[in-house]
Amino acid sequence: MRVSEIIELLNAEIHSGEDLIEKEVKGAYASDLMSDVLASMYLDENAILVSGLNNTQLIRTAEMLDLCVVLLVRGKKPHPDVVAMAKENEMVLMTTKLNMYNSCGLLYSKGVKGFSNGRID
Amino acid sequence: MAELIKIFEYEVIGNDFNMAGTASSAIKRNLKSLGIEPTLIRKVAIVSYEAEINMIIHSRGGNMYLEIYTDKMTIRAYDHGPGIKDVDLAMSEGYSTASTAARELGFGAGMGLPNMKKYSDKFEISSCEAGTKIEIDILME
Repeated sequence: MRVSEIIELLNAEIHSGEDLIEKEVKGAYASDLMSDVLASMYLDENAILVSGLNNTQLIRTAEMLDLCVVLLVRGKKPHPDVVAMAKENEMVLMTTKLNMYNSCGLLYSKGVKGFSNGRID
Repeated sequence: MAELIKIFEYEVIGNDFNMAGTASSAIKRNLKSLGIEPTLIRKVAIVSYEAEINMIIHSRGGNMYLEIYTDKMTIRAYDHGPGIKDVDLAMSEGYSTASTAARELGFGAGMGLPNMKKYSDKFEISSCEAGTKIEIDILME
């Protein structure tokens, strides 16, 4: 699924990486715990990271894993430092008013499966 | 015989949550500029980031060293204490003594040390009140 389609599906707002909206997302992983993300997304650079963590460690974690599509859920307004770091790392940062469960449910219904280290989890 | 190509040193300040990840970000950039393979860089980035976060959350600060050899990369994380009371317990997945401030950062899942071990080819840890020493090798493959 392309980033542009995700924006439409989740009624999301894009804050960074506008030039990457045609990028294809191959899978997803959702967590507020960054060590779980680090443990599970080693081979998932084309997956989307779904999280409710609104601080720069969300982007740092994505940076370490070469992820370039991040979705912040539950209607949180991203902190300016988070947006700046996402821009610096050339990442798509999107926000949606939906909660994590519904965001993931909608993504799953459109064929975006949960990934873990390169495999469908 | 393995030959040392380069050493990088980074200072980590204890409790400085705002700077968390800057050393690992620099490590990643340096490895990229040396033309190291991306999935290997990612392994180093994961272990160095976990080590850096641990140092900020749990220690009085310390230093991280990245040594690049022809056949491997070594990451050393040496902090100034107060040390880990029970290393075996700290190594078990899900065990955490992280503060509320650390949890607000998205850490404290109790996966830091297990993650470091998971992505390393050799993992050594020793700890006393004077400090914790972690030494990790990642082979060039």
